[in-house]
Amino acid sequence: MTHWPLLSIVNFLPLLGALAILAIGGEARAQNARLIALVTTVANLVVALAIWVSFDGSSSAFQFVEQASWLGNGITYRVGVDGISVLFVVLTAGLMPFCILASWKSVGDRVPEYMIAFLLLETMMIGVFTSLNLVLFYVFFEGGLVPMFLIIGIWGGKRRVYASFKFFLYTLLGSLLMLLGILSMYLQTGTTDIEVLLKTAHFSTAMQIWLWLAFFASFAVKMPMWPVHTWLPDAHVEAPTAGSVILAGILLKMGGYGFLRFSLPMMPNASEAFAPLIFVLSVVAVIYTSLVALAQEDMKKLIAYSSVAHMGLVTMGIFSLTQQGIDGGIFQMLSHGIVSGALFLCVGVVYDRMHTREIAAYGGLVERMPVYAACFMVFTLANMGLPGTSGFVGEFLTMLGTFRVNTWVVIFAATGVILSAGYMLYLYGRIIFGALVKPALKTIQDLSGREIAILAPLVAFTIILGVYPKIVFDETSVTVAHLVAQERNALHTLPQFEARRSNQSLIQGLPKDRADAPTTLTLRLARGEGRFIGR
Amino acid sequence: MSTIGTDLLVLLPECLLAIAAMALLMVGALVARNTFRLISGAAVLALAVAAWFVFSPFNGTQQAFGGAFVADGFARFAKLLVLLGSALTVVMSVDFFERERIANFEFPVLVLLATIGMLFMVSAANFIALYLGFELQSLSLYVLAAINRDSVRSSEAGLKYFVLGALSSGMMLYGISFIYGFAGTTSFVAVAHAVAHAGQNIGVIFGLVFLIAGLAFKVSAVPFHMWTPDVYEGSPTPITAFFSIAPKTAAMVLFLRVMLEAFPGALPEWRQIVAFVSVLSMFLGAVAAIGQTNIKRLMAYSSISHMGYALIGIAAGTAQGIQGVLIYLAIYVITNAGVFVCILAMRRGTEMIETIPDLAGLARTNPRLALAFAILFISLAGIPPFAGFFAKFYVFLAAIETHLFGLAILGVLASVIGAYYYLRIVKIIYFDEPAPAFEPAMGARLGVIAAGSSLFNLFFVIMASPLVNWSIAAAKALTP
Repeated sequence: MTHWPLLSIVNFLPLLGALAILAIGGEARAQNARLIALVTTVANLVVALAIWVSFDGSSSAFQFVEQASWLGNGITYRVGVDGISVLFVVLTAGLMPFCILASWKSVGDRVPEYMIAFLLLETMMIGVFTSLNLVLFYVFFEGGLVPMFLIIGIWGGKRRVYASFKFFLYTLLGSLLMLLGILSMYLQTGTTDIEVLLKTAHFSTAMQIWLWLAFFASFAVKMPMWPVHTWLPDAHVEAPTAGSVILAGILLKMGGYGFLRFSLPMMPNASEAFAPLIFVLSVVAVIYTSLVALAQEDMKKLIAYSSVAHMGLVTMGIFSLTQQGIDGGIFQMLSHGIVSGALFLCVGVVYDRMHTREIAAYGGLVERMPVYAACFMVFTLANMGLPGTSGFVGEFLTMLGTFRVNTWVVIFAATGVILSAGYMLYLYGRIIFGALVKPALKTIQDLSGREIAILAPLVAFTIILGVYPKIVFDETSVTVAHLVAQERNALHTLPQFEARRSNQSLIQGLPKDRADAPTTLTLRLARGEGRFIGR
Repeated sequence: MSTIGTDLLVLLPECLLAIAAMALLMVGALVARNTFRLISGAAVLALAVAAWFVFSPFNGTQQAFGGAFVADGFARFAKLLVLLGSALTVVMSVDFFERERIANFEFPVLVLLATIGMLFMVSAANFIALYLGFELQSLSLYVLAAINRDSVRSSEAGLKYFVLGALSSGMMLYGISFIYGFAGTTSFVAVAHAVAHAGQNIGVIFGLVFLIAGLAFKVSAVPFHMWTPDVYEGSPTPITAFFSIAPKTAAMVLFLRVMLEAFPGALPEWRQIVAFVSVLSMFLGAVAAIGQTNIKRLMAYSSISHMGYALIGIAAGTAQGIQGVLIYLAIYVITNAGVFVCILAMRRGTEMIETIPDLAGLARTNPRLALAFAILFISLAGIPPFAGFFAKFYVFLAAIETHLFGLAILGVLASVIGAYYYLRIVKIIYFDEPAPAFEPAMGARLGVIAAGSSLFNLFFVIMASPLVNWSIAAAKALTP
């Protein structure tokens, strides 16, 4: 291990870049801002890669830990990464240069401010994944809202104001409820150190349920899970291309990361008790939003709904509480970060040329843009989960993991995979194939060098991850195994959860008066599951 | 046994300000030429010297005049805030008053007199002392509200404030008489003793309710808030700034001290009332601010809602709660001073602009002012990493600690509603098409305050620990 404070560097280097942009004026201010932003994000990516390379995947402990005093009362500045978070840091740092490049030409208004907002956002996002203190985590988690609010609101489309407010207020409500949960945890245990809480926290079942709900309010909105997903299509459609990439690529992953970091290990019994609820919401998300995606006329909206469906698979995998499910969930998040980000970039390519996102305005692009068609195809197939692409591995593992605990959920969720093939191929067919009849498209240009430089690495990464997923699992599997073992341990220390294993009642962790709250579908699923395990 | 000399020494900052106020009044009355600048400068100097003497020659807890006044760590924290608020007010108002041609030397003198009243309020440990400080402060403030005597709005504001303020003072005095009647004493400690030993007494509770009503009026908590929007709108802007920072701080601190020193035994009774008032204030402030088009009115509702959050800390009634209130007030004073300086910078020529739509597109016409506005408003909304978040963080912590979950959850809901109107300002400044530009030059004095306030909000996140530690020490002074 090096003695460099690598995590603090990767965390605050973008902030330095933002300050540099602020400090440098002059006539070529816009161009300078672009260059500084690009250099900063690339340098940050190099640091993130250095962390990845020197990360020891065979240990489930937090690595690169740094600590400094902060607020007093045991609230310290403490950062570190483990197998779950390290790759999200790399993903964040990895997507940022592409975002800057993608905005090179398409953003011409208030460029320095734009770049500053993106760099601040990067600091906040990386902070979320590296924080080892609840309060620090919260500050980064919510602090990211402000730059994103500005990005959507200033550089967004027609209904940008509506979308930015909806995004902000939805997320704020969720995170404030989580703040109350964090405060209760702090008062109960006297510490906000995540590492200590992971090792020692034992909350009573009732307390776990309240805490779980408080954290769920935040992560479900962030994820987003059905039915609190409605901010996402609006935000995606109105955000500038790079903003959509960050939203889909990273902000959504904070929800899944939160479930893995807090809900599962700190509230194991509540997670087990609420797993059916998550399954139901996930299945509804997968089927319902896939169907909604089929009916979309706007490319970005279609991809946004497809994101909600994919995130449904992630939550399902995570709450299967099995090694495969959680590994798959993490992989799916990473893969989706790359693929959906790339899809938004693809939309951005044609949007920059035609200034419309309406699917009907396109058709037959393959004749004029063969390279573009090829790139787009890779991402389309990856989004469908075709074997050989990164999308397949995550989908397969989440379903495999969930299949071990609940067949019916997987049967329903699998229909979503079919539907995803439907809407993606439909989208691809309408845009790329067919006759090139629209006069406006007759002169459209294929990818420029800059655009190839953006898309080619993403194509490569999509395929590499699909063929050789081991590079991810090398880092995650030990930590996930530790998490699953911890989970099992916790469940077997409380007698009523033994009962759960022997198929008496699915929802005994809940207080009696709420035992009848879940829908009939839950109960049906529960009985189905019981039959399966019984055999 | 203490002699009058040591008693006065304990009250050194107050004595000093009183002498300064009278001396400056003489100078103003006897010197023929315009002495406004001179007296303002001298007043700021007096406030700074008083701030120095808040911390010397004594530390620890000192009592004076048979325990009627107490100078402890808690009072020192509050006194420094009050002095800071008063000094900032005088500094920010110099140019404004000269431009508006109401540069009378009485203004800084009245600020000094009000400040003395507030210092007495935060040090009071006896109901009579409390009332004296309270009235000295209030009477000065009534005059300040109406200081622009040629303006109908200002006169109306002063009159409204006076009538309603007198009513609330009367209610408070009525409550105090009840408490005296049943406890047989006016000293906080002795009242606490009487309440603890005589058990719950309907007369004391009755008096307590009236007392809380009077205090709630001063902190403009719902349902005693009606004067706030009109007085805020009508008063000259620097006076509005003064109203929103210094008297609020003093009244809130007094509120804490009365409740915790005189009525610790009746905590369940007053907690209900305070919690109720707190919830109403948070929600009314947040909802009513949404429709405002005048920025000073908006700040009035904003302050109502912020006092609601601070009251959460009082409702908790623990060391954590006191600490929360103190941190809240400190951040609130500095942030609000910054906001009002920004409002003072909204002018075209000599005309002051107060309507919110005129802020449209400020990010293009005056990016620095826009940035200051954005930072301060997002901070007031309580979004991390700005200071306003930590203010809310500590009061919510106190609420959770005392299991006031309902209060905490309602507070969270209100702050989401509140975030909307703060963000609306940010939206108008950053997203909308520009309105005609304001005067580009802010003036050095305003610029320094605006920049200082913004930087404080920005960097609080990394430099919070001194304030946090100091507030912990201050809270210890009040909890046995």
